[in-house]
Amino acid sequence: MKNLKLVLGVSIFAIAGYFFLSADHIDAPAVSGGTSDITDFYAFQGEDTDNLVFAANVQGLLSPSASASAAFDENVMIEFNIDNTGDNVEDLVIQAVPRDGKMYFFGPFAPSSTGLNSMINTSADVTVVDITSYGSNAIVETNGNIKAFAGPRDDPFFMDFAQYGEIIAGNASGFNDPGTDTFAGTNVMSVVIEVPKSSIGGTGTINTWVETKTKQ
Amino acid sequence: MKSIYKIFSIAVFALAAVSCSNDDDFTQIPTQQEPDFSGTYAQNDQMGRPAVNTVFVSSSSKDMFNTTIPTDQNAAFQSMFETNLTGLSPAYANPGDQNALGLDAPTFTGLLATDVLNVSLDGTTTFFDGTNVLTGRALADDVISVELLLIFGGEDGTENPSLSDDHVDANDKPFLTSFPYLASPW
Repeated sequence: MKNLKLVLGVSIFAIAGYFFLSADHIDAPAVSGGTSDITDFYAFQGEDTDNLVFAANVQGLLSPSASASAAFDENVMIEFNIDNTGDNVEDLVIQAVPRDGKMYFFGPFAPSSTGLNSMINTSADVTVVDITSYGSNAIVETNGNIKAFAGPRDDPFFMDFAQYGEIIAGNASGFNDPGTDTFAGTNVMSVVIEVPKSSIGGTGTINTWVETKTKQ
Repeated sequence: MKSIYKIFSIAVFALAAVSCSNDDDFTQIPTQQEPDFSGTYAQNDQMGRPAVNTVFVSSSSKDMFNTTIPTDQNAAFQSMFETNLTGLSPAYANPGDQNALGLDAPTFTGLLATDVLNVSLDGTTTFFDGTNVLTGRALADDVISVELLLIFGGEDGTENPSLSDDHVDANDKPFLTSFPYLASPW
């Protein structure tokens, strides 16, 4: 079993080596395989429909055996950006920063400056959750109407990535039916925060994106 | 030889232990230290919609795309997206070709080049569910099949059927109905 996982792990990386395609996993050379590599970003209405959920995943393709030792990088901030005025400039951000086994979520708050460089706003409302360790039940912190989680999760992304690679490489003319989920059985490091819609604009459409930023 | 190493490593551990305990003595005062959040954080990676950088950005520009703010992305990348789309998909081989949303190559790539996720605060949030288009991204959304269909499927979604669906329609674990929604790890 161990060998099979090892072989599978190696073959995934071999495929990744010649064609990078997935949601955002290993999308660019500067971040590929590192602690700031975003794999996916989701934004959806919560179970309580007055709330919106933001989920970002980093460090993709973790095998179960690699997941226990996977950790968030204290030098990497995960920043959710929210534009609620339609100009694609962030009006609000939520900053997720790990420190000593806890994830600190600052915000949502209006940043004093926008763009590629950020400072952490320690005077913003903060929600602090213990990072859930591999094999433990999910730890959820509630702060008023905000909920927060950080830790390893199953990679929610699914795709026949391997077959797409074969197509692009010229070795296949199309997908198989059924296809094979290349991301089955792999994990990611997730941060999830649920906030009241009233705190990010209330109504209408927002534009949102996630960034990883590294301490200089 | 082996035992020398053993002795040596024991000595190192002993030293480490001693220095640790010295250290503990030295900082005996229980300090309720605030974590250090100082400094400037500079951008490495960013993402709005799924698979945009990976599909539409040429290899040599992928890092640059990740460090270009959304308001600058259209000017910097739309024409590259259009070149890569028409090169990749036979459904966009001819001028005027459109996809199932009625978007021709300049319009479709103009939409995608500004890589933000549009999310409705007023109801259903989905990438595409047959009715709603680009009102968010839910965990179960089959975003890759939607994108393949829009790239390869042509005007009525029937072109290039072997390329317009990867036939992986769902995650390998069910999602949770309650927070944190994502499934427990393998």
